This record gives sequence, structure tokens and C-alpha cells, in this order.
Amino acid sequence: MSTTPELLAATAVLAAGTFAFRLAGPALRSRVTLPPQAERLLNVAVVVLLAALVATSALTDAHSLTGPARPAGVAAGALCAWRKAPFLAVVLVAAATTALLRLLSVP
Amino acid sequence: MCAADAVVGVSFGTISVGLGLPPWLPVLMSLVVFAGAAQFLFVGLVAAGGNPAAAVAAGLLVNARHLPFGFAVGDVFGTGWPRRIAGSHLMVDETVAFALAQPEPARRRTAYWLCGTGLFAAWNAGVVLGVLGGRAVGDTDSLGLDAAFPAVLVALLLPSLRTAATRRAALTGMLVALATTAFLPAGLPVLLALAGVAAARPARRDRADRPDRPAGTGSTAAPAPGTPTTEKSPR
Repeated sequence: MSTTPELLAATAVLAAGTFAFRLAGPALRSRVTLPPQAERLLNVAVVVLLAALVATSALTDAHSLTGPARPAGVAAGALCAWRKAPFLAVVLVAAATTALLRLLSVP
Repeated sequence: MCAADAVVGVSFGTISVGLGLPPWLPVLMSLVVFAGAAQFLFVGLVAAGGNPAAAVAAGLLVNARHLPFGFAVGDVFGTGWPRRIAGSHLMVDETVAFALAQPEPARRRTAYWLCGTGLFAAWNAGVVLGVLGGRAVGDTDSLGLDAAFPAVLVALLLPSLRTAATRRAALTGMLVALATTAFLPAGLPVLLALAGVAAARPARRDRADRPDRPAGTGSTAAPAPGTPTTEKSPR
């Protein structure tokens, strides 16, 4: 695991970079317009990153596949989201499903 | 929406502590970064033994979406640097989507500030609660909180998956990430998934090549500059 100074530095860089991304639009929008092509590419890139994160965080642990409890919970939450359930319901259903399966000793 | 974000904040705090990270890290990050997806990504990568630099790179890539957000809502929070700075820090998926959903400028401004401050308070309070709760509970896996995060991401992603090209890109990215997880260090598979963006290409070219467009003006198929992009926004 990383040391405290490393984690502090990493947090600072992430915070500074994020703030720069946020401020750039309001500060520059009167002078610069973002090419629509670049904007669309960025949108797709974000979706791809987050989708990949869904896949890895739902299905893997370190370098191997997880047991079925977590993916099942995620699937239940995703179903709620797809049926347009409120955000809160999605979170609770996902966690409850996984917790219940683990209670029944599903890994 | 604030209540939902507070719950996600609780899960972020609890999961971070459950992964063995120091309790100050989720609390500090939530105050200064204030971007859920990037925070989860960062914490997950660092806890898995990934290099912090790789985790920062991945977090910044996820947060790069705030750049177009800023161009879309930059006029909402008024002029002057104090407003710009505070308004920028409160810029998250939910505030942008909520503000752009209001038809009149005055209501947009109110919606943005109300939603932004509410979410900031709810998110940070949730994280502190989660850290305290996580330390008390110990085994956070028994609560199923590790399933909450991917489920939240799915809920955030669904509205963006309307076009076939985006779905194709997302699916390709997921397969790349899963296939490379077995042998690459934590963090890299998610970054490599960006190769999936290429899968979104053909459809874009189809649109640009529509016969009614004169040659050499392929970019006219794009929306007018300044059109707020709500495609990515959740809910």
C-alpha cells in the first residue's frame, strides 16, 4: 500500500487537475469554443471508462473473478436503474441483494 | 437526489476504510476532489496495490468530462471570480443535468446553486458517516457495499448509452478491461479500455457522409457549437 505522503500528493494532484478542468469552461468560454468533435469524443471516452470500471469492479477482485454474490447484486441494482427506479433504490437493492447472498454463504 | 448521494457517500467512506485505507483519505478527497466516480476509481486502484500516479491519471481522465460541462453551464453561476471558483467546484454530473433541465436562466441559476450546495453537504456528511460506520462494522463486505458502487455507475451510465455507437464502444471497452485484468497491474485495464472509443467511429463517419452534405463539410453533421451536451448527464 502507498505511504501517507504519496497519498497526500496524489490527492492534491487529482484535486488540482479536477478543479482546472472545472474552471476552464467558465473562465474561457467567452474566448474559446470546444470543437463539437472533441466534445463528442470526450463523451464517448467517459462512457467507455466508466463502463470498463463497472465491468472490473463488478466482476473482478485483484486479478481473478469474484464469487457470484457481488455481480448478482450489481445486476439487481442495474435492473432497478433500467426500470427507472430512484437512485436510492438502486443502491439499496444492490447492497441488500449481495448482503443477503453472503448471509446464505454465497461467496 | 441528495439522499441518494449521501448513501453513495456513506458507501464510499465505508468501502475506503474497509479496503484498509487511512480514514482521512476519503474525507479529504471528498472535500477537495468532490467527484464520486473518480474518487471510487482512485481508492479502488490504490487499495488494489496500484501505483498512485496511475490512479491519479485514471481519476483525471474520468474528470476530464468537466471540461465540456464547464462550457455548457459556464454562464449559469454568474460572473466574478468568487462565484466562478465556488460554482466550478460544485460542478458535478447531477448539478449540470439539473441546471440544464430548467428552461429559464433565473431558475437555472437557483437550481444550480441549490443542487450544488445540497449535494456537497450530503456527499461529505455521508462520507464522514461511512468512515465512522466502516470502522465500527469492520467487515464491510457483509453489508454488500461493494455491489453498491458498480450499481451506482450503471445508473449514471444508462442515459448515455442511447446511441448504438456508444454502446458498441462501451462493450468493447468492458471486454478489453476484463480480458487484461488477469495479467496487468491494477488501473491499467480500465485505461486500456479506451481503445473501445475506436468502436464508436464508423457510425460517426456514416453520419458525416450523408449524401445530402456537400463534400468537404463533414463536420456540419455535428451540433452547433455551444449546444449544451446533455447526452452524458445522468437522470
